[in-house]
Amino acid sequence: MVPISYYLVLSAILFCLGVAGFLLKRNIITIFMSIELMLNAVNLSFVAFSAELHRLSGNIFVFFVMVVAAAEAAVGLAIIIEVFRTRDTLNIDKVNLLKM
Amino acid sequence: MNENLHLWLIPVLPLVGAAINGLFGRRFPQRVVNAVALAFPGAALVQALWIASQFGSLQTIPHIEVLGRWIQAGSFTVNFGYQLDQLSMIMLLVVTGVGFLIHIYSVGYMAHEGGYYRFFAYLNLFMFFMLTLILANNYLLMFVGWEGVGLASYLLIGFYFLKDSAANAGKKAFIVNRIGDFGFLIAMFLIMRETGTLNYLTVFSHIGRLPVDMHWGTLTITALLLMLGAAGKSAQIPLYVWLPDAMEGPTPVSALIHAATMVTAGVYMVARSNVIFNHAPHALMVVAIVGCATAMFAATIGITQTDIKRVLAYSTVSQLGYMFLACGVGAYAAGIFHLMTHAFFKALLFLAAGSVIHALSGEQDMRHMGGLRKLIPWTFGTMTVATIAIAGIPPLAGFFSKDEILWQTFSSKAFSSVAGSELNIVLWLLGIITAFMTSFYMFRLWFMTFFGERRESASPSHDPAHAASHGHGDDHDPSQDHAHAHGVHESPWSMLAPLVILAVLATIGGWVGIPHALGGSNHFESFMRPVFEHEAAAPGAHNTPNAEAPNPAQAGTAEPHGDTGTELALTGVSVLTALGGFGLAYLFYYKRRELPDRIAASMHGLYQTVLNKYYVDEIYNAIIVRPLMWFSTKVLWRTVDVSMIDGTVNHVAADTRGISNQTRRMQSGNVRSYAAWVAAGAAAVLAFMIWAGVKGVWTR
Repeated sequence: MVPISYYLVLSAILFCLGVAGFLLKRNIITIFMSIELMLNAVNLSFVAFSAELHRLSGNIFVFFVMVVAAAEAAVGLAIIIEVFRTRDTLNIDKVNLLKM
Repeated sequence: MNENLHLWLIPVLPLVGAAINGLFGRRFPQRVVNAVALAFPGAALVQALWIASQFGSLQTIPHIEVLGRWIQAGSFTVNFGYQLDQLSMIMLLVVTGVGFLIHIYSVGYMAHEGGYYRFFAYLNLFMFFMLTLILANNYLLMFVGWEGVGLASYLLIGFYFLKDSAANAGKKAFIVNRIGDFGFLIAMFLIMRETGTLNYLTVFSHIGRLPVDMHWGTLTITALLLMLGAAGKSAQIPLYVWLPDAMEGPTPVSALIHAATMVTAGVYMVARSNVIFNHAPHALMVVAIVGCATAMFAATIGITQTDIKRVLAYSTVSQLGYMFLACGVGAYAAGIFHLMTHAFFKALLFLAAGSVIHALSGEQDMRHMGGLRKLIPWTFGTMTVATIAIAGIPPLAGFFSKDEILWQTFSSKAFSSVAGSELNIVLWLLGIITAFMTSFYMFRLWFMTFFGERRESASPSHDPAHAASHGHGDDHDPSQDHAHAHGVHESPWSMLAPLVILAVLATIGGWVGIPHALGGSNHFESFMRPVFEHEAAAPGAHNTPNAEAPNPAQAGTAEPHGDTGTELALTGVSVLTALGGFGLAYLFYYKRRELPDRIAASMHGLYQTVLNKYYVDEIYNAIIVRPLMWFSTKVLWRTVDVSMIDGTVNHVAADTRGISNQTRRMQSGNVRSYAAWVAAGAAAVLAFMIWAGVKGVWTR
């Protein structure tokens, strides 16, 4: 039996990688993938606790997160395509029309 | 309360006329404006006459009609109530009668003016407020009318508002009146504190039971504050300065508001408050002195003025002084009598002067008139009647009222408790001298205008350059150039008819008050007696048994029987004085025209002082207006308003902007920096929770 702390450390590492990717990358798609990574890091900790504590609520929560992530992916990708069409770039620093 | 006279209709009728003309008059043809403007005051006059015919059969006088409650606060109540007694009956007839005649006159006079409908809307509005003022049964409703006539006066003085001098004159009148109104308001508060109500009847019966105030107590202060209000409205020293400037308004306005009706509101108010004044002999004395001083002072200025309307304006101030003198010596009935006759002859004088100005296409300077008697005979005739009437030559109206005032001044004991009879003699002497000057300046005006040869001005009178050449701001009114530049012409009948009617009134108006000494029966005073006899015996009550009242409160005007000889002698003196004034004017302005100039030259300094109205306007400017302006500009505007009030607001706004300027840098528009803030926030929360877990905050 793998101890829960292993899962949690892995989850934390994945989450930090997601955060780092989000903060450091400029490409919108990469940022988007970083967000997915963070979500899945959270999912991992959910299922880890769920197994440890013998409760189903953690698993159910993971399904919710997945559903939301799927919806988000659909909407987010559509936005990204639209941004690319109008601005011919995926560099997030160039998409700053609202800035004064 | 007996039969219903529908008193409220009298003021409301002109208000309806004002509303119709004011709201829709712009689209009406002139004839409709005329019809509306005349119909409603006319209807008010008809009702006033009807009420006068019913007056004798009224069961209770004062007759009071209450429409409804206006203000209710605790035990204090003010109603929309109207009161009809002898005093308001006389005022009602004067205001509606003279007012209606002047409306007719205005139709002719204003025919060629712009803003025709506006003029009549204001005029009707004035009638509404004036009638409210005289019919009210409490001080507060009177004050509504009081302020309202001030408003109408302001609007009408500034009728030619494109002209600076007219707009300024309107402002001056309004502001000077505010000073008086302040006194009136404080007086009302004192009355409320003293009696708990403002209803005439309750106030007077309450104060009537109080002892006479022989010191400078509340009653005296109240009376003096009332007098301050009256001095503002009725142009007495020290607040008379607005009235001569008010001549910037159209001439019918000068006749109606600034001669016949509104300016007499102060006299009416003092007469109405006679109970308060009778209980404050000091105040009575002040009223008499102020009135007498004003009469004298204004008359001397009147002698030197050359603008026909200004002479009449100072004459009005002077005659109002007479009325206050009458009130001050407790002869309220004589004051109201003079108010009535003055309304007739002064309205007539102004209207006739307007007719002269009309005939000369806007010329107002008497030095450029002369020889008009053949050219405008009707105006000349009516003006002659008015001049004789105001000069006090029998048997015209002015003689009886003025003589009555002088006799009462001589014989009154109203303030004998606080001043010796020397004061009466002095006041009487000044009154006689004033009467002499009145006669002189009026005949001077008469001779200069109608006799001699025509003295045309060098340039045509409607030339603006000429108007500007007159130094003292009374140059003629450009908007009164009646467009027709052809020669001198008599006025239309709509203007002459009121002149003739007023001339008849100015002739016979005094006959209702022929004193007993002259074989009359003085109907007027016996008619007015009920209003003024609460405490003091009615003035001139020669044949009443209570004439010997020794009590100082009742000393009022009681006069012994045996003085008929003295009265006759004094009458003789005043007639001689009036004739003397005529003679001197005849000598100076008809026989030997060069004399006035020589005398003026020999007394240069004095003449200049009087010609410039004793520099009172300049003195007021220097000691009141300028410091006030300085204080307003430097302290109130620049310091309080700009630096403190605006400063606070502006600083708050500026600081907010400064802080925003700093914090807006957080909103860089860089998505990754936002994310960094989120991450940092999350890390901070996490760190806090770990710290809290370690410290055991949650498990406490």
